[in-house]
Amino acid sequence: MSTDPGAGEAVPPAGYLRDHEVHPPLDYPGYRSTALRHPKRRLHLLPHLLTEVTGPLLGEDRIGETDNDLTRQHPEEPQGQRIIVHGRVRDGDGRPVPRTLVEIWQANAGGRYRHTGDNWPCPLDPNFTGVGRTLTDDQGHYRFVTIRPGAYPWKNHDNAWRPAHIHFSLFGRAFTQRLVTQMYFPGDPLFFQDPMWNSIPDEKARERLVARFDYANTAPEWALAYEWDIVLRGRESTVFESEVDDD
Amino acid sequence: MSTPHGTTPSQTVGPYLHIGLPWPDGPFALAEGAEGGVWIRGRLYDGAGAPVPDGLIETWQADPDGRFDHPDDPRGAKARPGFRGFARSETDAEGRFEIHTLKPGPVPGAGGDVQAPHIDVSVFARGMLNRTVTRIYFPEETAANAADPVLSKLSEAERATVVARPAEDGYRFDIRLQGEDETVFFDI
Repeated sequence: MSTDPGAGEAVPPAGYLRDHEVHPPLDYPGYRSTALRHPKRRLHLLPHLLTEVTGPLLGEDRIGETDNDLTRQHPEEPQGQRIIVHGRVRDGDGRPVPRTLVEIWQANAGGRYRHTGDNWPCPLDPNFTGVGRTLTDDQGHYRFVTIRPGAYPWKNHDNAWRPAHIHFSLFGRAFTQRLVTQMYFPGDPLFFQDPMWNSIPDEKARERLVARFDYANTAPEWALAYEWDIVLRGRESTVFESEVDDD
Repeated sequence: MSTPHGTTPSQTVGPYLHIGLPWPDGPFALAEGAEGGVWIRGRLYDGAGAPVPDGLIETWQADPDGRFDHPDDPRGAKARPGFRGFARSETDAEGRFEIHTLKPGPVPGAGGDVQAPHIDVSVFARGMLNRTVTRIYFPEETAANAADPVLSKLSEAERATVVARPAEDGYRFDIRLQGEDETVFFDI
């Protein structure tokens, strides 16, 4: 096996599916802040070569004891409805994504973030930071205990409210699989006016952001449960062929 | 073959990403104090030329030998002590970010091509419903850059947006999301 990086004998593995139709456009006038923050020039096709099909495999040493239980990070318990949020991380081919870092952040039960920029009149909870992380297990499972976040107002449009949500950040196994998204709760009456929700072109794809109420996994006399599976991009089914030589 | 499952859609990191994503050692793709490190510093700007204070820059790259610590590198995973290959830097009130790393080596491309040393970059921010992706190339790599299969597809003006500038302790790399000097972003 050559160790010369210039040898070029290493055939990159298959690339990942380009699933752009699933994701919101960067230019979405309904979300006003996109106006000055989306590229206007065309994107250049980046072949999925070694840098793109690899990625950081980290997290083992980043997880503290209470990082997956947001109700145990302070001397007292936070206010609000205690919930278990769990699910599986898989790729588009249905394969579990094992040992991958999952990071979450969220508002407290009243809908306020512990952030200097969040000043709407709702109290902070001294017993809630709203930040968690965990690693998926060998079958791609993750599990958090937290409290149900509240909805909160923002200034995007008249009487704008964000549906209750938890921010999720995932790495997968490759740079191309990186995903930051938000999990929502079933039956939220605020979806209709939320540009984040409406920016996703396909209604079926929107529904994939909604957790399922999971009565079977509630902890009796302790916590309700929601199940939310996450799907990262899968591999292209064909072996990589050089796109860059194909003028 | 199993039936492909639909991918989970992206959503913005929103305005409060600072509570969830930054790590104390985030900027250190190369451990603090390790030998041979360079700083890559820059600012993230919006289409009005204003700094973006609620953004996050992430980088992923090969080591100086062009190797990755990853099993999908067909040459085998290769770890380098003190080197993570990955950095994460939130932007500050002036839109500034910084990463401490080793300059990567050339990396095999497809079909015998060699890619010039480069770093893959993800840009996240409030107001971005999905990340954008760009690359950092190095100004002293004139010949390698000219032969790079990705860079050579760009116009001269476009290339200029993805080649870093030399700085005292490393490089300078500004990112412009929109506007006259808009950075080249890639469809990944």
